[in-house]
Amino acid sequence: VHGSLLLVELGAIILALGVLGALAVRFSVSPIPLYLLAGLAFGQGGILPLATSEEFISAGAELGVILLLFTLGLEYTAQELVGTLRSSYLSGATDLVLNAAPGVAVALILGWGPVAAVAMGGVTYVTSSGITAKVMGDLGWLGNREAPVVLSLLVFEDLTMAMYLPILTALLAGVGLVGGSVTLAIAAATVTVVLIVALRFGGLVERLVASDSDEVLLLKVLGLTILVAGLAQQLGVSAAVGAFLVGIALSGPLAHTARDLLTPLRDLFAAVFFVFFGLQTDPSQLPPVAGAAALLAVIGILTKGATGWISAARVGLGTAARIRAGAALVPRGEFNIVIAGLAVAAGVNDRLGSLAAAYVLVLAVAGPLAARAAEPLARVLTKPAKAPI
Amino acid sequence: MDVERVNLPGIGMQHAIITSRGRRLGVVSHHTGRRDLVVYDKDDPDSAVVSVALTIEEANALAELLGTARIVERLADLRRQVEGLVTVQIVMADGSPFVGRTLGDTAARTRTGASIVAVVRDRQVYASPRPDFRFVAGDVVVVVGTAEGTAAVAAIFTDG
Repeated sequence: VHGSLLLVELGAIILALGVLGALAVRFSVSPIPLYLLAGLAFGQGGILPLATSEEFISAGAELGVILLLFTLGLEYTAQELVGTLRSSYLSGATDLVLNAAPGVAVALILGWGPVAAVAMGGVTYVTSSGITAKVMGDLGWLGNREAPVVLSLLVFEDLTMAMYLPILTALLAGVGLVGGSVTLAIAAATVTVVLIVALRFGGLVERLVASDSDEVLLLKVLGLTILVAGLAQQLGVSAAVGAFLVGIALSGPLAHTARDLLTPLRDLFAAVFFVFFGLQTDPSQLPPVAGAAALLAVIGILTKGATGWISAARVGLGTAARIRAGAALVPRGEFNIVIAGLAVAAGVNDRLGSLAAAYVLVLAVAGPLAARAAEPLARVLTKPAKAPI
Repeated sequence: MDVERVNLPGIGMQHAIITSRGRRLGVVSHHTGRRDLVVYDKDDPDSAVVSVALTIEEANALAELLGTARIVERLADLRRQVEGLVTVQIVMADGSPFVGRTLGDTAARTRTGASIVAVVRDRQVYASPRPDFRFVAGDVVVVVGTAEGTAAVAAIFTDG
């Protein structure tokens, strides 16, 4: 009886996600906020609390994080990462300082302590590369001259995440300064080794997993990714970073095939992950943090706007390009929730999860809208009103 | 004419040219094979006013429309310039030792002086194939060189 109930619940959840996904496609918005809302509805205090499937969803959510980071790593080659690091570290640093500061400040003002402050800094910092890349594609912005600026910033953020996640994991585990530095050293060494392996011996990894059979390739790549993620977790470097690095090490035609094969799995488990995060958030906790979330969201739009403006201005682009760059960076989504998920799992602060959920709900929706408003805004600003005759 | 080339991490590549009349045109090449044809604003070279997404087939068709005539003209020029230059098409037979091996493996240019300028496979043209280009049976290999040179390439393809 238990087994059949589990299947019924799982089926209902996934079907509901499918319907929500169809809505998102229909209105050309990101499905992430809808998945989060579904999680809220299914969770404790929601309208349809789950009885049996939470355990399965929790395991699925872990796979979701690993697959999200792995497919993100697949998008980039090691050459691109190193090149970007060299060319845009100034803009990248501006991005980090401007956008992490509001989260850190809010956590400190609310008296949540330094560890929560580090987590909240990450939550407000990272732009959703998934949503941003999609919005830029949809609006035909990839040909614009600010496109390389924006995409380089996204790469920089993702690399920063590879450093940041291990630090956060260490802090959340409650290790002191010494333990933290050891973890960071391990993380830095791991990332460096993987980049070197990918740059010099990328062919080796590819030969290891290459196969003409899609089935074999899928199993090998998935197995390798989860294995490395698990080992990284053991080292205290965070499973997500391990998966990200495997993605980077794979490149070329193999990466292309692997992406095609793993994207459906990623979509399924990432959706499960967002639901799981929603599940852990008590809807009655949302109204108390709504004010703080709205304020943070407004600040988040302004700081990303400033980041885009400054970064585009630095390479000599005009007003319209600067505004578009800022607007493109506004969406927050998957990784903000990944960060908050780590903090919630470690039991940092009850309200951190709700605040992050509300923040992402607002900015995942507002981001694409901001992008659509950018061109009209630029037109108003660049064409000074001519006196009507 | 300069072609500007910028990396789009995670997406692909952005190429742009400025025409002699001052218009900026670009192509976004996605890793997936998709191509966007981009026309920029006359007054603001940062901004695309038109961006047309093309599939691989559509992009090839467009490239052919824009480029084929030029390639034929250039080949004709080349023949006129260099006395005794011939273009031959050699089919990569099933039993050839180079089926499944790369262009580099044939060392055709070093051994014969003739150049492999294109490979036609399934009605698709691979222009200027690189040394790591891998042959399959049935490929039509376009070779330019002297009569002896191209004949020598044909011999290499059959006998190794």
